[in-house]
Amino acid sequence: MSHHIIDFKDVVFQYPDGTKALKGVSFRITHGESVGIVGANGAGKSTLLLQVNGYLLPSSGLISIGDLELTKKTRQEIRRKVGVVFQNPDDQLFMPTVYDDVAFGPLNLGMSTEKVTDRVNFALQTIGCLDLASKPPHHLSGGQKRAVSIATVLAMEPDILAMDEPSSNLDPKSRRDLIGLLNEFKHTKIIASHDLDFILEVCERCLVIKNGLIVADGTVSEILTNQSLLEENNLELPLSLQKNRMR
Amino acid sequence: MDFDKEYFNLGFLDTLSYKDTVIHRLDPRTKVIATFALIITVVSFPKYEITGLIPFFLFPAMIFSLGDIPVWFILKKVMVVSVFAVFIGIFNPLFDTHVRLDLFGIPVSGGWVSFFSILMKFFLTMCSALLLISTTSFPGICHALQKLRIPEIFISQLLFLYRYIFVLVEETLRMVRARDLRSFGKKGRGISIFVNLIGTLFIRTIERADRIYHAMLSRGFSGTIYYVKRDRLRKADFVCLFLTGMVLILFRTYDLVSFIGKQTERIF
Repeated sequence: MSHHIIDFKDVVFQYPDGTKALKGVSFRITHGESVGIVGANGAGKSTLLLQVNGYLLPSSGLISIGDLELTKKTRQEIRRKVGVVFQNPDDQLFMPTVYDDVAFGPLNLGMSTEKVTDRVNFALQTIGCLDLASKPPHHLSGGQKRAVSIATVLAMEPDILAMDEPSSNLDPKSRRDLIGLLNEFKHTKIIASHDLDFILEVCERCLVIKNGLIVADGTVSEILTNQSLLEENNLELPLSLQKNRMR
Repeated sequence: MDFDKEYFNLGFLDTLSYKDTVIHRLDPRTKVIATFALIITVVSFPKYEITGLIPFFLFPAMIFSLGDIPVWFILKKVMVVSVFAVFIGIFNPLFDTHVRLDLFGIPVSGGWVSFFSILMKFFLTMCSALLLISTTSFPGICHALQKLRIPEIFISQLLFLYRYIFVLVEETLRMVRARDLRSFGKKGRGISIFVNLIGTLFIRTIERADRIYHAMLSRGFSGTIYYVKRDRLRKADFVCLFLTGMVLILFRTYDLVSFIGKQTERIF
């Protein structure tokens, strides 16, 4: 299965105002892997995620998703393969009801009504929110909004799931539910977050990004236990690994 | 705080529209068409009409009770807007001074009659419009309008308005609170601070619009918003539309109140 691969080769990205957000990033994520991206504020995590589905195109370097190289022409095709869940659910959910929102993607893919209905019901069932279908997003709680955001992407059946700070603003129970949900998915996952315990539970591999460069790449157990590396990047040991913290 | 209160009012109106009663269960199209027909009929009465308008108050009364809508809440809203109607009619009594009717020996000029008629028409139309939005969810109304062939672009605008008004108001609310908490007494509440606040809000809105557009693109948006069809017109809808039509025609053609009045006069 070669088509669930994300491949970055020397990707450089400069914002129009001259800020260099990525300064030559290379990595390869293979099928079914789940990868956490960590780093300080402003290190380039979000920019990296915006590249994955072609919202921003690299200034130089090469990105390929599966067998497709990311260009202006292949953007649409790539967006079908990569589902992105944004940090703020209020940006992600823009339709008047939950149902319409989840149906938005599949309808844009040109599916028949029956197929769209199936997909929407399946996606909402997966996240356990079928009974919210007719509600407007402003009647939902933060945790529900986050779950529905994920459903909107699941309904498109992407090969790759990219998420920006999925655990922010969630209460512990909702966060726990989300971890359970994500661990059930067999997709290739790429998650940018500051919540290191979350990464520890959901991901197997971890990339550390600093000033637009990847400074470490390894298994979660390797990287998230390396105190000096984490502290260099404005991070700290995951709380669950800190000893004697109650004293 | 005033701002908070207005927001909760808006939210309340929205919550009302998600109730489950006979009226709420009707297809949005039925309600939109019926409301529109009612408004047209009411407005079509000549300017000195009063008695002919009275039976129409049965419509809002029925919806209030069947739809379980708090009467005072809606009436207060109507009062707020009534200023406009008063201004439209306030000069009628000055210009139109010839006596038109005799109320228990007191001569009443045509101006007062037409002023009163304007107020009644205003009340009926405003009330039915407000009742429409408090018995039908906003997306429902939009889908109804869409099926009645209103251009797509207006529908999308309305739907986005509905979706983001709550988000924006909450954002403003947070900013206003942050300002109030750090402005002691009058300082900090001046117009210049207010202007800054609006400016910040405007820029944040643009940034948000950008993020929303991005989210739309990520899910394959390419210019048109599609919706899944739902809501079928049921038997109840046709019955309701038919009855409304018949009753409107009846009320419009026969002045029932005068008729009943004359009958009672003849008996006694």
